[in-house]
Amino acid sequence: MSLKTFAGGIHPPDNKQWSSHKAIEDCPLPAEFIVPLAQHIGAPSVACVEVGQQVSKGDEIGSAKGFVSVPVHAPTSGEVTAVENRPHPWGTSLPAVVIKADGEDRWSTELQPADPSELSPDEIIEKVRLAGVVGMGGAAFPAHVKMSPPPEKKISTLIFNGVECEPYLTADHRMMLEEPERILQGVALLQYVLGAEQVVIGIEANKPDAIALFEKHCAGTPVEVMPLQVKYPQGAEKQLIAAVTGKEVPSGGLPMDIGVAVHNVSTAAAITDAIIHGRPLIERVCTVTGPAIREPKNLRIRIGTPLSHLVEVCGGLVEEPGKIILGGPMMGFTQLGFDVPATRGTSGLLLLRAEDVSSHPESPCIRCARCVQACPINLLPTTIAAYARRDLLAEAAEYCAMDCIECGSCSYVCPSTIPLVQAIRYGKAAILAKKRSTQVS
Amino acid sequence: MLAAILSLGGIGLIAAVALGFAAKKFAVEVDPRELAALEVLPGANCGACGFPGCAGYAKALLAGSIDLNQCPPGGADTVAKLAHILGVEASAATREIAVVLCQGDNRKAQIKYHYLGLEDCTAAQRIADGPKICPGGCVGLGSCLRACPFDAIEMTADGLAVISREKCTGCRKCVAVCPRNVIRMTPYEAAVHVLCNSHDKGALIRKYCQIGCIGCNICKKTIPDAYKIENFLAEVVYEQDAEAAEAISKCPTKCIRDFSVAYPDGSVQLPAGTDKPHAA
Amino acid sequence: MSQQLYLSSSPHIHSGETTAKVMRAVIYSLLPACGVAVYFFGPSALSVLLIATLGCLATEVVCQRLMGQPVTIADGSAAITGILLALNLPPSSPWWMTLFGAVVAIAIGKQVYGGLGSNPFNPALVARVVLLISFPVQMTTWSAPAPFGSGLDLVTTATPLGEWKNAVMLTGQMPAEMQGSMMNYFLGNMPGSIGEISALALLLGAAYLFYRRILTWHIPTAFIGTVILLSGLFWLINPEKYPNPVFHMVTGGLILGAFFMATDMVTTPVSTRGMLLFGVGCGLLTVLIRLFGGYPEGVSFAILLMNAATPLIDRYTRPKTFGTLQQEKVQ
Repeated sequence: MSLKTFAGGIHPPDNKQWSSHKAIEDCPLPAEFIVPLAQHIGAPSVACVEVGQQVSKGDEIGSAKGFVSVPVHAPTSGEVTAVENRPHPWGTSLPAVVIKADGEDRWSTELQPADPSELSPDEIIEKVRLAGVVGMGGAAFPAHVKMSPPPEKKISTLIFNGVECEPYLTADHRMMLEEPERILQGVALLQYVLGAEQVVIGIEANKPDAIALFEKHCAGTPVEVMPLQVKYPQGAEKQLIAAVTGKEVPSGGLPMDIGVAVHNVSTAAAITDAIIHGRPLIERVCTVTGPAIREPKNLRIRIGTPLSHLVEVCGGLVEEPGKIILGGPMMGFTQLGFDVPATRGTSGLLLLRAEDVSSHPESPCIRCARCVQACPINLLPTTIAAYARRDLLAEAAEYCAMDCIECGSCSYVCPSTIPLVQAIRYGKAAILAKKRSTQVS
Repeated sequence: MLAAILSLGGIGLIAAVALGFAAKKFAVEVDPRELAALEVLPGANCGACGFPGCAGYAKALLAGSIDLNQCPPGGADTVAKLAHILGVEASAATREIAVVLCQGDNRKAQIKYHYLGLEDCTAAQRIADGPKICPGGCVGLGSCLRACPFDAIEMTADGLAVISREKCTGCRKCVAVCPRNVIRMTPYEAAVHVLCNSHDKGALIRKYCQIGCIGCNICKKTIPDAYKIENFLAEVVYEQDAEAAEAISKCPTKCIRDFSVAYPDGSVQLPAGTDKPHAA
Repeated sequence: MSQQLYLSSSPHIHSGETTAKVMRAVIYSLLPACGVAVYFFGPSALSVLLIATLGCLATEVVCQRLMGQPVTIADGSAAITGILLALNLPPSSPWWMTLFGAVVAIAIGKQVYGGLGSNPFNPALVARVVLLISFPVQMTTWSAPAPFGSGLDLVTTATPLGEWKNAVMLTGQMPAEMQGSMMNYFLGNMPGSIGEISALALLLGAAYLFYRRILTWHIPTAFIGTVILLSGLFWLINPEKYPNPVFHMVTGGLILGAFFMATDMVTTPVSTRGMLLFGVGCGLLTVLIRLFGGYPEGVSFAILLMNAATPLIDRYTRPKTFGTLQQEKVQ
């Protein structure tokens, strides 16, 4: 039987063997936590604690601002030592709350477990928002927003993303293997809230153990486990929807436009914590891996743990890294050092050696069309990139530059090592900036 | 043979008559002054005037809605010619040129990381605020060079943008494209500049750049009128810069330069001790 | 520590496939055909191959020096043009003609447009057509193969396609003895240009390129498929006059053209639909020129004409962007 998938895509070596067999370990607490106030897409939260204040684990330390925003919570008990700008994974210094751990790791007494059967959907959504749950796949979009579509957009299909198509990363894989109940409780909650008729968990076929486990757990329930072909970017929202439902999210639209909602399996687990245990999102599983780390591991980390602590817990460095990447190698962000903290979107810490960093000089495009075949959105990456580099923004937009999901497949396959997605990204930003400036004037 | 000559000649004749007729019949009335104005404009279509190309500017001039001095590339010469064509008084604009206020090339300024990817300053600036430690210096990936319609900008072998005093027409395209705001418009007459754009304190600057302004105040003490210091960065007061050159020898980091002395031929500004720019 | 850190926007890994590797693979894939040519035509084929290849490399160096650009002969693209040009020439080509072809291919076919990736026409075919028009006698002087050890000298004769065209012009009939020689044609034991003679060797090379995923099936399949269909149609109408599709396949430059010339990435469309259209166009033109044109062989002209149509094809076969198809249906 051929497995379902989408058109286009690439097959990078997955390199998951470094950590896929390693059980999740609880990461020892660092002495100091740096909790950024901007950890999600949308308005950053605002600090609501002062320097010198004692906080308990789970206390709100940053409150949400606006609808597309979530609060931030203390990852452990201790004293707030600073509220200031600190290096952030996004590349600049951004406001963060610094907490000195007191070692007691004492939960806040205000957190109350709840019986979900007594809650209305709106109460559940509100609890999810207050718990600060965001999409755990990496984009960190506030989960409560995706849980409250406008009434005219009925969600009929609810998809859970267990694909984890990024090479190296195994955090979701281990979550699925070790905590299927926690995930499935969240699945049930989301199904209840959204009232979806069809529920599918999509898992890439390179995780047969997880597929078998979930098929066992889901037998007799309305939840369908769907093995998917191994291909990058199978885990991208639009591509996952195309594979599972055969439907395409309209250009410029959202999944809810075709009655679909997608949540990551780890997000489902976080929702279980928020509702059933009453606990906010203060920890996640993160894969620390790559050729430059001595002992790759899957760690359960608290949000705000500095990367240097993760490196230490994983046995230190084999050699000086050439690239420090938060997230996977296809869409992750490079870092300037280990002083930045892990955030809610940190699915992995990947350390490459200098020799693993490909730095071929660029050569002219030979129109080999590999990028065209690889593009999961059916774009002409080489054409858009050429326009973007010449600042021909109208032409780039005409060739649907704004539809690019920046998966990086084109740059990965380009034999001329042209920075295709990088140029398209540049073009997209320029098009947006131009749009904004014309709207203002 | 004869048939061929006759038929080809015949076709030619018919086409010529048709074309001639069309030219007369469908001729578009163009004000001869507009053509004349277009003739004296530089023709680079750089857009500095705010109109779509030189033709657009010429049209706008004839409509009489704008001033004559909206074309920096053309300079005073063009203004005079335009005034003559349009029969109005010329209002002379002072010529301004762009200057890169930085000398921190790859040898003099330290980097915090090696940048890989799109050869573009704005793209590099998005990644951890650019590869150089200095928050204000030239990124060195040549976005201004590519934006310059007059070929006035070159990159030195060590990755620093330099602008020719003579070739620069003041169209400001480079100013618009630079993500670091390190390119400034200065009066053409002013040849002395403080070539630094970092407001960091001196002790910090010394850590990452050999040739940055440390805000030591010596230039201001030497010629108080010609310099001002703001946030640890000296700047030439271009209205009163007559004696600015006298402070050059006093500057401990050599970040004040006089282009008219160093490069009287109007060639590119070069930081002290750098190689000639290589052909791009 | 930060001194040696690299930062970039994603992605941070690359497939490792480079232009130079692709070009090298194409050169390897052409070696079997070169070998067969040298076996059947001896040293004269070897010298044509060497002169064309070295000529192309030298021209590339001279052009790039003159234009003040970095010399990029290491990428292998000029060498490929040289080999392909040689494979398109008769084994008896005089050295000066081969050299002239090499200069035309690189200087006029490629560098004037801006070098690798910018040329609208396949450089080797540009050179071949220039030579064909400039030196019709030398370019149509074909030799019968004289395999190593056979003791035969190269004898001037006509290609199977040329023979057919002559016969049809004179008698309106296909010569009877041609029907039985298909296996010889397939192996390469026939008069023809250096590279076109052995379909077997060319297919071997093409198989390697398929394995390396450098070739996609679209253009060769569409090209050859169209030739088979169209020539089959004519053959069914009048088998006395028109040769059967197999004859079209194994003689002339169809295999060489379909797998190695029409698949030149630079000068062909980028989308799947575009490639199919391109292949069909090549096939149509080839059969039309072969059966009704003045020249016995039409592959080169067909490909060059379709090269010219490539920008247009690209324009009209732009892939439908993800998520726009259904939207249109809805509206």
